[in-house]
Amino acid sequence: MFNQYALSHVVLIPLLPAISFIIVGFFLRRLPIVAATVSVGMSLISFALSLGVGYGVIAHNITVENPLIQRVPWLSIAGLKVDMGVYIDPISAMMLFIVTLVALMVQIYSIGYMRGDAGFGRFFAYLSLFASAMLGLVIAVNFVQMFVFWELVGLCSYLLIGYYFHKVSAREAAKKAFITTRIGDFGLLVGILFLQILFGTLDFQQLASNVPAYVAQHGTNLLTIVAILLFLGPIGKSGQFPLHVWLPDAMEGPTPVSALIHAATMVVAGVYLVARAFFLFSALPNAMEVIAWIGAFTACFAASIAFTQRDIKRILAYSTVSQLGYMMLALGVGSVTASMFHLMTHAFFKALMFLAAGAVLHGLPDKNDIFAMGGLRHKMPVTFAAMTIGVLAISGIPPFAGFFSKDEILLAVSQVSTPLYIIAVVTSFMTAFYMARLLIVVFCGSEKPDNHPHEAPMSMRIPLVVLGILAVIGGYIPYANHFGDWVRFGLASHEGLDWSIAATSTVLSILAISLAWHIYGSGKVSPYNLSWRFGALYKLSFRKYYVDEFYLWLNHTFVDGLGRILNWLEIHFVEGIVQGAANLPVGLGNLVRKAQTGKLQRYGLIMFGAMLIIVVWLVLLSPLFRGALSGGVY
Amino acid sequence: MNIALLTSEIAVVILALLIIVFDLLMPRQEARRSLGYFAVCGLLGILVYTFNQHGISATVYHGFFVVDKLALFFKQLFIVATILTLLFSFDYIEGLTHNTGEFYALLLLSLVGMMLMASANDLLTVFVGLELMTIIFYILVGFDLRSSKSSEAGTKYLILGSAASAVLLYGMSWVYGFTGSIVLSQIAAQHNASPAMLLGLGLMIAGLCFKLSIAPFHMWAPDVYEGAPIPVTAMLAMASKAAGVVVLLRIFLVAFASLQAYWLMIVSLLAVLSMIVGIIVAIWQTNIKRMLAYSSIAQAGYIVSGLLAADAAGVKGMLFYAVLYMVANVGAFAVTTAVNNQYGSDQIDDLSGLSQKSPFLAVVMTISLLSMAGLPPMAGFIGKMYIFMAITDKGYFWVAMLGLIMSMVSVYYYMLVVKVMYSKEAKSEQEFTVSAPLRIVALISLIATLFIGIYPGPLADLANAAARSLW
Repeated sequence: MFNQYALSHVVLIPLLPAISFIIVGFFLRRLPIVAATVSVGMSLISFALSLGVGYGVIAHNITVENPLIQRVPWLSIAGLKVDMGVYIDPISAMMLFIVTLVALMVQIYSIGYMRGDAGFGRFFAYLSLFASAMLGLVIAVNFVQMFVFWELVGLCSYLLIGYYFHKVSAREAAKKAFITTRIGDFGLLVGILFLQILFGTLDFQQLASNVPAYVAQHGTNLLTIVAILLFLGPIGKSGQFPLHVWLPDAMEGPTPVSALIHAATMVVAGVYLVARAFFLFSALPNAMEVIAWIGAFTACFAASIAFTQRDIKRILAYSTVSQLGYMMLALGVGSVTASMFHLMTHAFFKALMFLAAGAVLHGLPDKNDIFAMGGLRHKMPVTFAAMTIGVLAISGIPPFAGFFSKDEILLAVSQVSTPLYIIAVVTSFMTAFYMARLLIVVFCGSEKPDNHPHEAPMSMRIPLVVLGILAVIGGYIPYANHFGDWVRFGLASHEGLDWSIAATSTVLSILAISLAWHIYGSGKVSPYNLSWRFGALYKLSFRKYYVDEFYLWLNHTFVDGLGRILNWLEIHFVEGIVQGAANLPVGLGNLVRKAQTGKLQRYGLIMFGAMLIIVVWLVLLSPLFRGALSGGVY
Repeated sequence: MNIALLTSEIAVVILALLIIVFDLLMPRQEARRSLGYFAVCGLLGILVYTFNQHGISATVYHGFFVVDKLALFFKQLFIVATILTLLFSFDYIEGLTHNTGEFYALLLLSLVGMMLMASANDLLTVFVGLELMTIIFYILVGFDLRSSKSSEAGTKYLILGSAASAVLLYGMSWVYGFTGSIVLSQIAAQHNASPAMLLGLGLMIAGLCFKLSIAPFHMWAPDVYEGAPIPVTAMLAMASKAAGVVVLLRIFLVAFASLQAYWLMIVSLLAVLSMIVGIIVAIWQTNIKRMLAYSSIAQAGYIVSGLLAADAAGVKGMLFYAVLYMVANVGAFAVTTAVNNQYGSDQIDDLSGLSQKSPFLAVVMTISLLSMAGLPPMAGFIGKMYIFMAITDKGYFWVAMLGLIMSMVSVYYYMLVVKVMYSKEAKSEQEFTVSAPLRIVALISLIATLFIGIYPGPLADLANAAARSLW
């Protein structure tokens, strides 16, 4: 019954948070408790509906080939028909579940985390708006709807990164995120326009049925370019190299935001877009290769930066970039199942780790450097347990969630390309190392005397426990229930585990963790010595390969240089033209205004004069008259 | 003969008469607000009733009076405009005069004139409806006896309006003389393109353009709009203009359909001239009502340009635009009324600091003006898009292009108002009070403008159905 209702009212899932945004944003901003209740309540209903949808998908045998689609005509003009609607298949049902769940957890968590903040109501309004936009994106039926919500989640991200707008760094980070993702979005928009031109439709279902015929007739050359343009959007949004630079800076936002937007949901929108448009990408081997290599490179590259970072949230941010690269890699080698599986488990354990990091920051205000922490396991046992589960999950230690999804990716990659497989395994090793480093440095060792940590309040502990449980069982249960039969593209896959790959990666992870213990935990090897010995490498990683500096240099040299040239042109040529163009209507207006004397006689004169001109003109135009003028006989 | 088709008009007349009677029965010193609410409730009832007529397509009185989707569309537009105008102007009218009951009754009678125009299917009914509306507006414009500006405006409007009516009637008589008929469809059947017929056409164009305040027949509008009481200005700008549009549609697309080759050129020039004059002169205005008057001249140009398509798509655009223009104007005039209630004048400067005094009204004004400027996601953008797409299909690309350029220019003076509201300090510390009905009207306008802009489908379907009933 309920799943029937949920399936026919999917539109409520994004609509309820939108309503909550309006109510909280416009009327309840000054009433923190009511505001939080409304938005948590709406999220809870959304979550319940998402569960109903998930159950309905299984009960009604809705598959990737047989999605449930509802459409409402939105705009229709000749040659362009745009619908808004609901697209439910196992992939979007899974996304609905993840987004509503994490949004709900983060909102509950924020009640404690943001308590006493001056902008409490505003914060919840933004969170609700974000949830609404993200859910709208997930159920998009066509590229237009997806793009609209895509931009809207970008806006929410901007607003929430800059939430502490009184801080310069937060404002700068918000701007950076917005502008960097905009570069990718431009490509996405151009790609979408190309699709409209080539196919005359942007509807996913219609495109899916038109693409094979097009490829058979015209080949893949043009379409590959279009696909890569489309892929620029995910590169920006999902923080892939070379547009990854905004994501670590985005950590300026409040920690719950980092958990929700910059770890679990918005940043995976790019991965989701590729999965949603997989009918297109999978038909284009070259585009797939690009995706796979960008994903693999990003994964490895970001992991190597996370090695040396000291800010707890930045480490997690680079780990997010790296894991997103993993998901892209999985898509690139053609396994939607592995990618989506990892997307789900990653949402659980990364949100968990961010929320645990938030609890640490809540207990130790104004400290971000992990080396200034230490020994927190005594005072913050719940947080310690949560972070441990998260680290074990992301490192791929069985039976935690990450083990199953990561091995599915490794298996998929190993079947396609050995170099990519090696990169993925190395990344997995590095991931286990830097995550263990974080855990050991923050929670083990001796307590710092001037730190006075305290455990997080109840509202913050509940989400930690819920997500902690999911990070433990979130891998095994889908694995045991044949996740690949449902969430997939093409034929159902029963790949399961390859024990040799699983064993390799597990052994490597354990090795990495014990190595980290040796360096950071036991005190036998000094990390300072190591960083001194590998000075150049250390510096390269610590300074993030100077990518930011490189962009700054690019900006200074080319953009500013171009700016100077254009400025010169502007002053000497454009300004005159623009001024002239502006003066023309103003001057003309002044002239016409003069006719408005207020004198009745003048008005009458103009009116009758105009009438006379019209009448004479019309009469002269008449066929009879024209005949007479040309001397003919009528 | 089915007299039931006239029920809504008869009901409005009865409502107006009842108000006059109640006005006489009520004690002299008692406020007449109850009468205002009575009028609003009555109109709401009539509005609901008109939905009954949906889908009917019939004529009465030998085809003089027609009820079809087009007529219904406009009647509902007029009634809604009147209701909203009444709601936001209670305080204003009570401050204006003691004869408020009379004011309401007159406003309703002008509504009857408009409704007649919407249903008029022959030249004579058009003229009677038009005169009924216009003569009442002569009175209403000069209703503020204490203000010399109002009297001046009333006199000017009377003299110029009578001249224009004479011209229109003269044109009609030529047309009647050479076709032998006043029923629109029979005129069309004659396929007559004699010089005399064209003379009649030219005179009628001039007369109708005066009513629509199309340049160069617009000279009366700024003076009259400025001098008239605000609710009257609002009705002149929204409803009377829409009434002119429906007459224009029926006369040009039915009666003169075969003379297209002659009037298209003239209409295109007049429409473009209106856009240009309305927008460039508006830049210089310092009075809100005068600025809105020029803006309404430009908007009339945009609406009329839809006629160039001479097909259902163009008419659909015009109807759509008429609605969104009404909605945006309701918002703008409601805010103007609120400011006038506060300071007793309506200079653009009086809006200073509105964003602090009443952020809600400042938002309503901003959205309304930007909708008129045609910025997405406000309704005005979609309206302009429909019209320009329809006429571009028929080869009037240059009109669309000019329209776009002029709407860019118009953003400038609309933004000037916004700038005053948001960046200037308020002139007085006085608390800003806004009555509840005015707030409601402003909210309706805000929501409607955004809703139509974001989800234009339903209104577009409605306009499309109405437009098709012309053919």
